[in-house]
Amino acid sequence: MTSTADKATTQAVETVSLTIDGAEVTVPKGTLIIRAAEQVGIDIPRFCDHPLLKPAGACRQCLVDVAAPDREGNVRPFPKPQASCTMTVMDGMIVNTQHSSDTAAKAQEGVMELLLINHPLDCPVCDKGGECPLQNQAMSNGRTESRFIDVKRVFEKPLSLSSQILLDRERCILCQRCTRFSKEIAGDAFIDLQNRGAMQQIGTFNEDVLEFDGYEPIGVAAEDESGRAFSSYYSGNTIQICPVGALTSASYRFRSRPFDLVSSPGISEHDSSGAAIRTDHRRGKILRRLADNDPVVNEEWITDKDRFAFSWQNLNDRITRPLVRGEDGELHESSWPDALAAAAKGLRAAITGDEAQGAAVLPGGRVTLEDAYAYQKFARTVLGTNDVDIRTRTASDEEQDFLGSSVAAKGMGVTFADLEKAPAVLLAGFEPEDEGGIVFLRLHKSTGKQQVFSIAPFLTRGAEKLNATLLPTAPGGEGKALAAVKGSTDAAEALKEDGAIIVVGERLAGSPGAFTQALALAKRTGAKLAWIPRRAGERGALEAGALPGLLPGARAVTEASARTAVAQAWGVDSLPEAAGRGAAQIIADAEAGKVDALIVGGVTPSDLTGDLQAAIERTPFVLSLEVRRSEAAEAADVVLPVAPPSEKSGTFVNWEGRLRGFATALKTDAMSDHRVLDILARELGVHLGTGTVAEVSQQLGSLGAAAAKERPAAPKVDAPKVDAKPGAELILAAWHQLVDEGALQDGEPYLAGTGRTSVARLSRKTADAVGIQDGLVTVSTEFGSLELPVAITDMIDGVVWVPAKSPGSWVAQELGVEPGARVTVKGGI
Amino acid sequence: MTDLTPVLSATWDAQESWKLSTYEDHGGYRALKKALGMDKADIIQAVKDSGLRGRGGAGFPTGMKWGFLPPDDGGPRYLVVNADESEPGTCKDIPTMLSAPQVLVEGVAITSFAIGCNHAFIYVRGEVTHVYRRLLQAVREAYAAGHLGKNIHGSGFDLDVTVHAGAGAYICGEETALLDSLEGRRGQPRLKPPFPAVAGLYARPTVVNNVESVASVPAIIDRGVDWFTSMGTERSKGMGLFSLSGHVERPGQYEAPLGITLRELIDMAGGIRAGHQLKFWTPGGSSTPIFTDEHLDTPLDYESVGAAGSMLGTRALQIFDETTCVVRVVTRWTEFYKHESCGKCTPCREGTFWLTQILKRVEGGQGTEADIQQLLDTCESILGRAFCALGDGATSCISSSIQYFREEFEQHIAEGACPFDHSAAALFDYDAPAKATEEAHA
Amino acid sequence: MTYDADTLAQLRKDADEILDRYPVKRSALLPLLHLVQSVDGYVSPDGIGFCAEAVSLTSAEVSAVATFYTQYKRRPNGEYQVGVCTTALCATMGGDEIWRQLSDECGVGHDETTADGKISLERIECNAACDYAPVMMVNWEFFDNMTPDRALRVVDDILEGRDVKPTRGSNKVSTFKETERVLAGFEDGKVDEDQGVGDPTLVGLKIAREQGWEEQR
Repeated sequence: MTSTADKATTQAVETVSLTIDGAEVTVPKGTLIIRAAEQVGIDIPRFCDHPLLKPAGACRQCLVDVAAPDREGNVRPFPKPQASCTMTVMDGMIVNTQHSSDTAAKAQEGVMELLLINHPLDCPVCDKGGECPLQNQAMSNGRTESRFIDVKRVFEKPLSLSSQILLDRERCILCQRCTRFSKEIAGDAFIDLQNRGAMQQIGTFNEDVLEFDGYEPIGVAAEDESGRAFSSYYSGNTIQICPVGALTSASYRFRSRPFDLVSSPGISEHDSSGAAIRTDHRRGKILRRLADNDPVVNEEWITDKDRFAFSWQNLNDRITRPLVRGEDGELHESSWPDALAAAAKGLRAAITGDEAQGAAVLPGGRVTLEDAYAYQKFARTVLGTNDVDIRTRTASDEEQDFLGSSVAAKGMGVTFADLEKAPAVLLAGFEPEDEGGIVFLRLHKSTGKQQVFSIAPFLTRGAEKLNATLLPTAPGGEGKALAAVKGSTDAAEALKEDGAIIVVGERLAGSPGAFTQALALAKRTGAKLAWIPRRAGERGALEAGALPGLLPGARAVTEASARTAVAQAWGVDSLPEAAGRGAAQIIADAEAGKVDALIVGGVTPSDLTGDLQAAIERTPFVLSLEVRRSEAAEAADVVLPVAPPSEKSGTFVNWEGRLRGFATALKTDAMSDHRVLDILARELGVHLGTGTVAEVSQQLGSLGAAAAKERPAAPKVDAPKVDAKPGAELILAAWHQLVDEGALQDGEPYLAGTGRTSVARLSRKTADAVGIQDGLVTVSTEFGSLELPVAITDMIDGVVWVPAKSPGSWVAQELGVEPGARVTVKGGI
Repeated sequence: MTDLTPVLSATWDAQESWKLSTYEDHGGYRALKKALGMDKADIIQAVKDSGLRGRGGAGFPTGMKWGFLPPDDGGPRYLVVNADESEPGTCKDIPTMLSAPQVLVEGVAITSFAIGCNHAFIYVRGEVTHVYRRLLQAVREAYAAGHLGKNIHGSGFDLDVTVHAGAGAYICGEETALLDSLEGRRGQPRLKPPFPAVAGLYARPTVVNNVESVASVPAIIDRGVDWFTSMGTERSKGMGLFSLSGHVERPGQYEAPLGITLRELIDMAGGIRAGHQLKFWTPGGSSTPIFTDEHLDTPLDYESVGAAGSMLGTRALQIFDETTCVVRVVTRWTEFYKHESCGKCTPCREGTFWLTQILKRVEGGQGTEADIQQLLDTCESILGRAFCALGDGATSCISSSIQYFREEFEQHIAEGACPFDHSAAALFDYDAPAKATEEAHA
Repeated sequence: MTYDADTLAQLRKDADEILDRYPVKRSALLPLLHLVQSVDGYVSPDGIGFCAEAVSLTSAEVSAVATFYTQYKRRPNGEYQVGVCTTALCATMGGDEIWRQLSDECGVGHDETTADGKISLERIECNAACDYAPVMMVNWEFFDNMTPDRALRVVDDILEGRDVKPTRGSNKVSTFKETERVLAGFEDGKVDEDQGVGDPTLVGLKIAREQGWEEQR
């Protein structure tokens, strides 16, 4: 149920006509025979062929008989069968597949027989059984009995290519889809062919497996600082495209048979790309997730986080019944009526009377479009406040103005296709792999044909793979860096080309003036601007107005006419006038005892520098809408259970502005946040009208987008100069690694094992100035410290980078500061 | 009776034959100087008109291959010399490079000039230390004498030559696998199209030629097309090195016009070793179907050998007399192919694995009647179905040996043992041991 | 990596020279692997690491290349790589028997090294000297027309620390490491030693001269 319609292309395409098994086919020039055959429903068996990978012609399974016109126009047969996956069609070509040519059928049967001579009869214990192209094609194109009476080659099995990916080498038919994907699509050659001939196998450099004498190599040659062979963020895709059971995942191994599973299409909840996924479940339990084919958004790929991080939705701490804090100070399970009554009572107290200090709402970043709409409408029509902010992360008013004026309610802006076609891309405060996931894969398709620039402290692996040019910038200095892209600098020239794109990440909210300068840069170069946040709920929340200064449709809260229009649509007299407080301010005020009630959605306190836990404890009444008994829930007064993504329908809006709707996969009686809020509003005497997705959709539709004058004005904030010098104090840089200790990755030990090692990065010069060579360093602020191994990196001086929430490195919680703040670094040898 | 025609081998018996000075004393580099004064198109035409065909086995017209290069687009183009001589039985390029490396270097210079290449590579197999020494020196001496480097002999033409050592892989003799290996990768063949002439080394237009092909170019330029076409047959022009090995009295290199027969060559070589008769032989190395004494008078040119059911290949004439067990020889060749299979495609990788096991059982006396048909069936699944010619080559000796010597296979099966005395085939005397020989390679 | 500073410096210097020969640096990988083999006596994990850094590849990609080619050894190699050709022609001409006797004498089999580290034995494949069959190679120098006696004498010389001279090649076989350095493209000054030619190479030329068959002019 995904809406993926794009504008149709209008260019004329040169076509070619040929005959396949007697059927006439007309296809675009350059089409492979095997693709052309598929278009008339003829399935030629194949293994190494994959529509998204460059042709290999290695397995030879797709052999067909071909006759083509020669220079004089006479159709002459080729002397030997041809691989249909590597040959492009020609006008007048006559192709006979196994259906109409004995030679082709016999050739295919011969190849199949050869594939099976060394393939082990593992089917009974192999995960792929039941969805295995080798099984299926052996049945349709193979012999019934094997004539091989000699000795098969064997390998020890399985091998761990990473903590998640397991390899059974005997099953491998060396189609090389995995190595080709890793190299061509992901750019991570973490595996390659090893050895030669019949003992050829897929592998990493593992001295034991390959029988090298020696020990584990350490140092720069190993991809990861720990010396452990690094696993790509996209390694899970190799499991899905492997045509046999050679590559399997540790988390799914031996757990199910495909014919037991029900497949439900869905959208990944892990980032703002809205990748299409398939959730496979059995008797109400999710067993695995796969990529779904969506050529417009994620093609056939998803990140390992999208694929493997789903256990969080139903761990031991899952809440299914409301909880109310009793006289004894403990949370007790309660009925819905009782819980709702308690919640209503608590909220009413916070907003009634002159002494009342009011309530504030923190929906959290996992919300769907409908949930976000319900939260903000609840805040405004039930609680009478604009204190609602989904941005429980680094945020700013400048960012709000930027989003309201230039991003929200503008339909689809820059698309994935635009990224792919862009001649130049400038990334500012955005890491393509760690923060973009499949955005990286799309950019990588154009590496070599596209100029990429990165405003960042250093080039990450992802940026390097894109051949990016670094514009070295310390956190906080992005504004000035963007301003410096002007005149005849390489970046400026590149951005002036038609189709060039500037990508800004949400981290720029911590850098005053950055968004202002980004808009100015877009204006002076004509480049398009794309805002790519980290979390799935961000863009939807923006559209729905779940920000303190924005109403749905990018209307500024402070614009009277905007308020009037929305109030009218909602059937209320008026809406609160004063712009609300941002999330950070709400938390600070609550901690100081100045807020009487909080509604908290899926927010993880350890992600915030503000002390949310203290704020909750200080606030007289706290309502938590949660999936799990999280820290916030444990401290709340009333907890209402809400549904995780797999148990509800809804829409995520991805960074393109594209609506990514999904239907319920597992039918339980869990309710979406928007439904719970609807019921709660009713308890408080207000008709919210957010009971169903359809209702919300209808309201959003009729509200539409703001007129230009109703939007906030574009920001005009000055960018400070940032002085980054090696010395006693360094500037902190931090961002989330794709695989880290984020709450949505809980309960996935196999995935966690593929995360990168936490290190503190310093330039050589900075390290020397601080007297550090090697070993562990301590990064500290007045609040606390982190101890991490140091990695000397080619990067800007005066800055120290650590991962935001990786093992041993929880920046917000331990250091209590945002990136851009000053920290001290000591230690090492 | 055909005369031998020493051209490439003419200086091999000179004192310090490999040195530049020796080569120049015998007229070396005269051809280069002449070529530098010619129109490039004329050089290419001359090679086309000469009828020179690739001497590395495939026999593709050399001039035509050069002509496939697209027009100059301002980017680099490359000449890569295939000196990876590894086809069993082939031993002509190694002595050429040991004794007269300069004839190759001069050929490289002329060819590079003609095709517009400013950086040529000589890819030599790694298992020949002294050859590598000779090539490095030959290139060094040529630079010093101004035959290579910048503005060669004032012509404005620049040429750099890199001598690159392989590391032990027969498949790197296949031109696209060679290019991949030269690029620092596994030596696995590439898809064609695109052909190397259009997108070869580093995806640039490239000509890949065998040592002997390139080494023949100076003589063609120096002595003229007519001289070259006066040798050989209608469609197989010129001379070539015929390498005789095995059970002949005087094995070695015999440079002769294409079209000479084995009978003539064996005669010159002093006949089959005393007291023995010819049983079977290969016209062009182990990848070509075997011939028997029926083919003694088959002219050794591309067409005649092809018509007789085999391929001229590299003129690697391995001669075996009646003391030789065909099954043993074929098994050992198949083990070679299995060990050298790159592994990329199913038919060759799995097929050679299977064929080897069957043949070893048959040779060892544990074969069954069904095995012979299985060998032929498996060969059928490989021939023309593999990604490159290695797979095809692996099947040649099997199907042709069953064709000519089926009863020998049947005898191994029926008797449950190899009926031959291995020591009789050896060139020295020894007492044959009781146990069977171990497997060649894992 | 555990190369000491001097070794690493020399490796880097040599690597730079090798990289310079090619327009694209990845092409240097095969000679670089020969280079590290010339230092460590085999392709060690350190060597793989060094090469990976030099040509900007992952270790998986470097080992993909190192494990494809037979000349790259994965375990410390003997000082002398002694290879007996056992491809069909040489084997038939007596190579199998030579192998059997050498293997007995050294006490090791294919791809194995003697305990004293002097010799690694290998059943090699056609080394393009078929007219000199049966052929043996020692550190890739030619030992033509072998018989078991001749071969045993060579092997015994090596085991007892004496020099051995190829039939076509230098005056004395270099060590495995020295040979690998040559294959990495560094000349060792031995090129002009010995004529490097035997009767089989000259037999056709000789006949032509005797018969007066000179090339037409």
